[in-house]
Amino acid sequence: MSAPLLSVRDLVIEFTTEQGVVRAVDGISFDVFPNETVGLVGESGCGKTVTGLSILGLVPRPPGRIAGGRIEFEGRDLVGLDESELRAIRGRDIAMIFQEPMTALNPVFTVGSQMTDVLRRYKGLSRRQARAAAIELLARVGIPAPDRRVDEYPHQLSGGMRQRVVIAMALSCDPKLIVADEPTTALDVTTQAQVLEQLVRLQEEFRMAMILVTHDLGVIAEACDRAMVMYCGRIVEQAPIEELFARPRHPYSAGLLASIPARVDDERRELPVIPGMVPDLLHLPPGCRFADRCGRRLARCDVEQPGLAPAGESRVACFNPVETPR
Amino acid sequence: MSALLEVRDLRKHFPVRGGLLRRVVAQVKAVDGVSFTLEAGRTLGLVGESGCGKSTLGRAILRLQRPTGGQVLLEGRDLATLPPAELIAMRREMQIIFQDPFASLSPRRTVAQIIREPLDVHGIGTPEERARRVLELLDVVGMRAAVQDRYPHEFSGGQRQRIGIARALALNPKLIVADEPVSALDVSVRSQVLNLIAKLQRERGIAFLFISHDLSVVRHVSDQVGVMYLGKLVELAPTHELFTNPRHPYTEALLSAVPVPDPRRKAKRIVLAGDVPSPMNPPPGCPFHTRCPKALPYCSQAVPQPVDVGSPGRPHSVACHLYT
Repeated sequence: MSAPLLSVRDLVIEFTTEQGVVRAVDGISFDVFPNETVGLVGESGCGKTVTGLSILGLVPRPPGRIAGGRIEFEGRDLVGLDESELRAIRGRDIAMIFQEPMTALNPVFTVGSQMTDVLRRYKGLSRRQARAAAIELLARVGIPAPDRRVDEYPHQLSGGMRQRVVIAMALSCDPKLIVADEPTTALDVTTQAQVLEQLVRLQEEFRMAMILVTHDLGVIAEACDRAMVMYCGRIVEQAPIEELFARPRHPYSAGLLASIPARVDDERRELPVIPGMVPDLLHLPPGCRFADRCGRRLARCDVEQPGLAPAGESRVACFNPVETPR
Repeated sequence: MSALLEVRDLRKHFPVRGGLLRRVVAQVKAVDGVSFTLEAGRTLGLVGESGCGKSTLGRAILRLQRPTGGQVLLEGRDLATLPPAELIAMRREMQIIFQDPFASLSPRRTVAQIIREPLDVHGIGTPEERARRVLELLDVVGMRAAVQDRYPHEFSGGQRQRIGIARALALNPKLIVADEPVSALDVSVRSQVLNLIAKLQRERGIAFLFISHDLSVVRHVSDQVGVMYLGKLVELAPTHELFTNPRHPYTEALLSAVPVPDPRRKAKRIVLAGDVPSPMNPPPGCPFHTRCPKALPYCSQAVPQPVDVGSPGRPHSVACHLYT
């Protein structure tokens, strides 16, 4: 396998709150290789979004800060770079797609002027070349009549169209890595399907790597090669996608998969549940953070935190992982 | 079994004002001629994408928004023609659970005050009886009695939704409109709340109108499912029938669009062209014809009326020219 494009090691991200310092991300490590799509999945507050933001140096500071670890992109550590150095990487090498397209679009400028800004700055195109390039990009992300849409304002576009514009902007400098944070969550089901398919196709066409941050296991199953499951600031399982869905090893991953109504085919059966709820990040237990809700808990789980260890094709942070027969 | 709720040709239009004199320049036909019946103790799931009118329909049924036309009959009585005193009495029979558990509970009231409020409003029981009832309701929704003096901000989304459910149950309603009750919840908590709703229905015989954009959730809780598009009910069938044998092209596309949480089962997807048209300016004829992969020339000319394509005893209604 080639060298990783992105290498995150022992990343710790803390937020200062009125109640104390919260570790939103607590020592996670992972690699992303060129041209692959990696899913980062978990429930609200698990740290997946902050992880995505940290790769672009976008963790709001204060209250947040990267308290430890490294984020190496093509061998260069991004932690500690100053704003101007980060800006040279952001947009050009690493781009981001947010959940709500309006947060990424400026309502007072036309689609075209926002796109040509980027193209002229990073690619040194003339005004006319940039406009032509913008129209071509809009066409590639599936916007009908791009030569007309380019002169419209964001509010004139539907939600799905806006998200396509955001994707076109993210692609405009041929980034090597895209971080997409819930890119289809704000969209309706039928639009979601269109945009997700487009995104997968573009990832292959542009030969980029993608980190897809989402709470939706359905989206992960459709778009990703591998996935990482996060719980309470830690990665609890890393696995190739078929493996994760066929043989989840961590009791949390297994519980999540079991509780999706779509996987329970007969109607009106009692849904399996994960009892209890996510612990407060301010009052974390000393041992495994999932222990309180776990049906496979051992005495050891209450005192010691499991680290990621290889298990078949996966890596799992659990002392008593689920065994699914082949 | 008799119909608890009968909705006949219900319409809710919102005027759009414009120009210097703020004259009515258009109508948004949020709900445009919807009819169905719901039997006591059953669940009707209502699905559709944002703006299809499903929430407005729920609110128009409860008269939280006054319908523009049509009838809503609860136990055979037309809510629109009831004298105010009787309407208030009828309101006890129907309650709502809202989507956003953070917005639907007053931050200044304790859990006990929130759950007791419907009892206070309708003047039911003595203060002691109401306090007892609050404890009973907390137990029903699986919360400890000790939480009654705490405030909503101290709870997670799933627990808040339980408080909202307890409030909806306070008056022993026969009908609950649940408007996206689990959409704001995380997966692991969502199934807890869904199981609770299923249990309440089983044990207390409450009928639910369950509104959701999430097809897999609706499939799990509903006896029958209605699909809405641009203010119209385009298909209505028993749940299993709708999911295994969808007839309306929109239902087919909607079902195929749901991401399947199984990497081995790549969905054969019907990708619809374009977006939902604006409800302010819906297309003539069938509202779906602009995106329909099976549209015929005739579809843009006449509005299709619902026809029954089901078998005896298993009605399956679909509003599509392919079946007329």
